[in-house]
Amino acid sequence: MAKKNVIVIGGGIAGMESASYLSAMGFNVTLLEKSNELGGHLLNWERLFPTMRYGKQVIDFLAKGIDFEQINKVLNVEIKSIEKKNTQFCVELSNGKTFFGDSILITTGYDLFDAHRKEEYGYGIYNNVITSADLEKIFMSGNPITTTDGKTPKRIGIVHCVGSRDEKVGHVYCSKVCCVTGVKQAIEIKEKMPETEVFNFYMDMRMYGMHFEALYKKAQEKYGIQFIRGRLSEAAENIDGTIVLKVEDTLAGRPLKMNVDILVLLVGFVPSKGSKEVGKLMGLNIGINGFYKTKDQHTLTNVSNIDGVFFAGSCTGPKTITNTITDARAAASSVASYLLGFDLHKRDIENHEEFWLYDSK
Amino acid sequence: MKNFGYTIQNDRQIDYDKNDTKLYDFVAESEKSIRTCIFCGTCSATCTASKFTDLSLRRIILYLKRGLNESLKKEIESCMLCGKCNLACPRGVNTRNVILNIKRGIEHYEL
Ligand code: SF4
Ligand code: SF4
Ligand code: SF4
Repeated sequence: MAKKNVIVIGGGIAGMESASYLSAMGFNVTLLEKSNELGGHLLNWERLFPTMRYGKQVIDFLAKGIDFEQINKVLNVEIKSIEKKNTQFCVELSNGKTFFGDSILITTGYDLFDAHRKEEYGYGIYNNVITSADLEKIFMSGNPITTTDGKTPKRIGIVHCVGSRDEKVGHVYCSKVCCVTGVKQAIEIKEKMPETEVFNFYMDMRMYGMHFEALYKKAQEKYGIQFIRGRLSEAAENIDGTIVLKVEDTLAGRPLKMNVDILVLLVGFVPSKGSKEVGKLMGLNIGINGFYKTKDQHTLTNVSNIDGVFFAGSCTGPKTITNTITDARAAASSVASYLLGFDLHKRDIENHEEFWLYDSK
Repeated sequence: MKNFGYTIQNDRQIDYDKNDTKLYDFVAESEKSIRTCIFCGTCSATCTASKFTDLSLRRIILYLKRGLNESLKKEIESCMLCGKCNLACPRGVNTRNVILNIKRGIEHYEL
């Protein structure tokens, strides 16, 4: 029997790991990536929670799977069209090439929330308001963290839930990783600048993952980071470029005013542009939150509405790196079972629509 | 009688078996969105009146839910019904209508 072909769309963590597993299981894998490098968002993150491991180490680990298993990597391409004829998919690329696949695995990931949209926090208006992604860039560069006029910040505020859990921007879901990222970044700031005060403003501290709570405790115990329960209503700029925060200290039950030298916005996940484009090209179902809709919330989490098309990673919703790697392997096994002629992904389960969750009646 | 310095303290517990949530129920009936409040405090943070008076819409909603109605009446008088809090709430609580209905409820029950 000729080797079957799988086309994996998106070269982030999920795409890399599922491609490795699929190729190890004996399939021909073509991995498509729109940028000039594999690794996705992980390329822009210096250290990872909760261990403070370097992101680069995880990329190197994922790359070892790819090199070892001879995957056809195609970089710098966008998808022009995808057609399904019988059980064959024909993918036409922006570079003029065409690939044929027996199955498609979509790993188009997420985009970061555009903080400009939360105007009241002043991103793009006040110089000393930055995002968690900007802070990672500074960490990566090895440069010291300074205000725009070059001073060492005496105080830094970190805002949780920017662009998540917020009906006003149309994202009601929790992005899952930003709470622990906020704790991680607070610790990193303290490690570099022990004299700088760090305050995290949160609604709920969602420390659900293994060791996350320990990181939170360490942030308090070893680093003296302070956590204030209240969601910022706005930030404004003082004449000297510092930022004044308006928030209610809900536990004290009093409004609170604070000046900070730098404000960091913990931006959440939004469905990626790439997911939207591919979804449109193929006619994939999109869920209420804008991420791909899986065939079932509990059981068929890698299965799409088109036979032979599967999902992995955060294109179906916010995920940690750990979850994404696990999900990628699960998706690989779903694809393999499909290509070997098993109908595991077609098992019946009574349908529970996610609409129910969003219906207030 | 000799005074030993003992006094009887008032019970400070929120008594869930006795608390009176009729005002909350009244408000929730006509403005369902109040149920979804997560007490984040964005409304109180943005509220100009909160800066100078005891008004905190977050606390009002909380006390209402707990049936602690006594302090509400005075507190809510500071509200100017400007609606700023309406624009800020991440849960889409119709805060202005919540306040109007609290006022209606206070009148209705002659609290
Ligand atoms: S993980 Fe934390 S910061 Fe991120 S959306 Fe959820 S609650 Fe907010
Ligand atoms: S802003 Fe909305 S959710 Fe937050 S405390 Fe006020 S009413 Fe409740
Ligand atoms: S409507 Fe009332 S509670 Fe809301 S911001 Fe205005 S004064 Fe404050």
